[in-house]
Amino acid sequence: MSGIDPAHGLHLLEQMLRVRRMEERCAELYTQAKIRGFLHLYVGEEAVAAGVIGQLDADDAVVATYREHGHALLKGTPMTEILAEMYGVVEGCSRGRGGSMHLFDVAHRVYGGNAIVGGGLPVAVGLALADRLAGRDRVTACFFGEGAVAEGEFHESMNLAALWDLPVLLCCENNLYAMGTALARSESETDIAIKAAAYEMPAWPVDGMDVLAVERAAARAVEAVRGGGGPHFLELRTYRFRAHSMYDPERYRDKAEVRQWREQDPIDRLAGQLRGAGDLDDEGMAGIEARVVAEVDAAVAFAEAGTLEPVESLSRFVVSDRPGGAG
Amino acid sequence: MSTTTYREAMREALRDALQRDERVFLMGEDVGAYGGCFAVSLGLLEEFGPGRVRDTPLSESAFVGAGIGAALGGMRPIVEIMTVNFSLLALDQIMNNAATLLHMSGGQCNVPLVIRMTTGAGRQLAAQHSHSLEGWYAHIPGIRVVTPATIDDARWMLWTALEDPDPVLVFEHGGLYGTEGELDESLGPVDLDRAAVRRAGTDVSIITYGGTLAMALDAAARLAERGVDAEVIDLRTLRPLDDETVLGSVARTHRAVIVDEGWRSGSISAELSARITEHAFYDLDAPVGRVCSAEVPMPYARHLEQAALPGVDGVLRAVEELGLRG
Repeated sequence: MSGIDPAHGLHLLEQMLRVRRMEERCAELYTQAKIRGFLHLYVGEEAVAAGVIGQLDADDAVVATYREHGHALLKGTPMTEILAEMYGVVEGCSRGRGGSMHLFDVAHRVYGGNAIVGGGLPVAVGLALADRLAGRDRVTACFFGEGAVAEGEFHESMNLAALWDLPVLLCCENNLYAMGTALARSESETDIAIKAAAYEMPAWPVDGMDVLAVERAAARAVEAVRGGGGPHFLELRTYRFRAHSMYDPERYRDKAEVRQWREQDPIDRLAGQLRGAGDLDDEGMAGIEARVVAEVDAAVAFAEAGTLEPVESLSRFVVSDRPGGAG
Repeated sequence: MSTTTYREAMREALRDALQRDERVFLMGEDVGAYGGCFAVSLGLLEEFGPGRVRDTPLSESAFVGAGIGAALGGMRPIVEIMTVNFSLLALDQIMNNAATLLHMSGGQCNVPLVIRMTTGAGRQLAAQHSHSLEGWYAHIPGIRVVTPATIDDARWMLWTALEDPDPVLVFEHGGLYGTEGELDESLGPVDLDRAAVRRAGTDVSIITYGGTLAMALDAAARLAERGVDAEVIDLRTLRPLDDETVLGSVARTHRAVIVDEGWRSGSISAELSARITEHAFYDLDAPVGRVCSAEVPMPYARHLEQAALPGVDGVLRAVEELGLRG
C-alpha cells in the first residue's frame, strides 16, 4: 500500500496489538478471579485510541471512560501499572483505589477513567479552560461513547466548549450500543456529527476501524484545536467485538453482526495493508507479537508481585494529606 | 472595624481573592453583566474583565464540572450556583467527581475548587428556591462544607477556602445578604476546622449555623430574661464537624438544643444528636432537643412558610422541654 511510512505503519500496528493482547489477558485474568469488579474491554476499537492519541503531545491531556485501558496505555501509562491497578495493589496507577474503570496517571496527563456516562465531558472542558486562561497551547482529548450523546452533560459541555472556543478535541467512540441499547433505539437523530454541527463545531465522521483514517482526521483536528481553532468533534464509527462487560450475555445483537464487523478488524486491516506493500511478513509479525506478549507477561508478573495497601491507610486520600488531617 | 453588609463583605472577599491570585476566577449564572443574582459580584466584571468573571449558560453540570477540570489544570476557580436547589443539576459533578477524584486516583487528583451557593428560606420563594440542603452535602466524604453566618466569616472564610487543596462548598443563607454589622478588617485567614462559641453560657448549649444563628442568639437573649444562661455555638463548618467544641460545651451545660433550618429526618441535626448521645451521654441531664424545619416542601404563603421554619418560640419551647423553665 502506498502512502504509509513503513516504520510508522508498523508502530501503529504494534500499538493496537499492545492494547488487544493486554485486553485479552485481562479477560483471562478475570475468569481466574485475579481481576474483579466491572471489566470493559476495548477489543475491536483499538484504531480509535491508537489513531487519536498518537497525534497528541506528551503534555496534552486525555479524559476517557470506563473502557479506558487502551487510552491510558497509549498515552504512556506503563502496562505494569495498569495491570497492577486491576489487581487492586498499591503499585497500580491509582494505588488500587480506582480499578479497571478509574485509571489515573497525572504524570502522563491521563485524567481517568470516568464511569458516569457523560461525566468526563465537563471536566475535559475545564482542563481546556485552564489551558486557555493560562495561555498554554495544550490540547485536551475527551473520549466518550455514543451513549453519552443522550446525556444532558454532553449537550451542556458541547455548548460551553464551543461558546468559549476551548482547545478540546471531542472524540465520540460510536460503537453502536450503549451497553445493550442500540443507537437507533435511543436517539431520534442517529447521525451524531449533525448534533455537533448544531453547536457550530467542526465535526467529521470517521471510519473508526481504519487506523490510518482515524490518524488523518485526528492530525487535522489536533492541529486546528492547538492552533486556536476551537473545539473539534470526531465521530469515530467503530464496534466492540466482545461483550459490554464480563457480565453481558449479549442478547441484544446478532452473532452474524459481530462476525461481519470482525471482518473489519482494524489490526488485520492494517496488517493486510502492510503485507500488501511488502512491509510486513510472517517473521515481522511474529517479532511484534513476541514483543507485545513479553510486555503483557511482564505486566502480569509485576501485578502478581504487587503489595496490598495496609488497611490502616483506608481513609487516606479522602482529603489531601496535611498536618493533623481532617475529613 | 467598619460597618458593612454580609453581601459587601462577600464581594470584598471575592475582590481580594481575584486581586491576590491570578489563578482565581469566578464563574456562574449571571455573575457578570447582571452583577450576581443577589448582587454579590456587582462591579467585579468591570474591575476584572470577562476572562476572570465569567457568565455561564444555564448549565450547572457543565460549569461545575468545568470548575473541577480547571482546578485539575492548576487554576483556583470559584463557581457560583444561584441556589442550592439548582445545585442538584450538578450533583453528578460534585459527588462523582469533585468529592471522589482524589481518592479514586490514589491521591493524584486533588480538586482545589470553591463552590458558593445560596441556601435557605424566608423570602417566599417556595419549594424550588428555599431548601437547606447543606446537611445533605455534609454527608459526602471528600468535600468541606462551610456556612458563614457572620460578617467576619463572609469576609474571611473565602480565602481560607481557596487555600484548601480540596473542594469547599460555601453555603450563604439568602436571608443574610442584607444584614449589617461590624467587620473586623484585620482578621485575615480564619480557622475552618473550628466552631465558634458566639455566646458563652452555662445552662444549655444551643448548636446552630448559618441562617439561624441570629435567631438562636435572639432566643438566648430571651432566655437570659428568664434567668436561663444559654451558650450559642455556631458550627461554621458542617464537614468536618468540630466535635471537640460541641462536646466540650455540652460537658459544661449538660443540655443541648440543635437548631437547623434543614429537615429533621436524616439530617445534620440528627448527626449532631447522634454524636452527642454517643460521646456525651453521661454528661446529659436531658434528652437532646431539636428545632428544625417542618417536613414539607417550602410553601409560598408567608404565614405557612413562617410556620414551617424554626423560630425563637420553637427554641424557647425546646429549652423548656429540657426542664429549664427559668
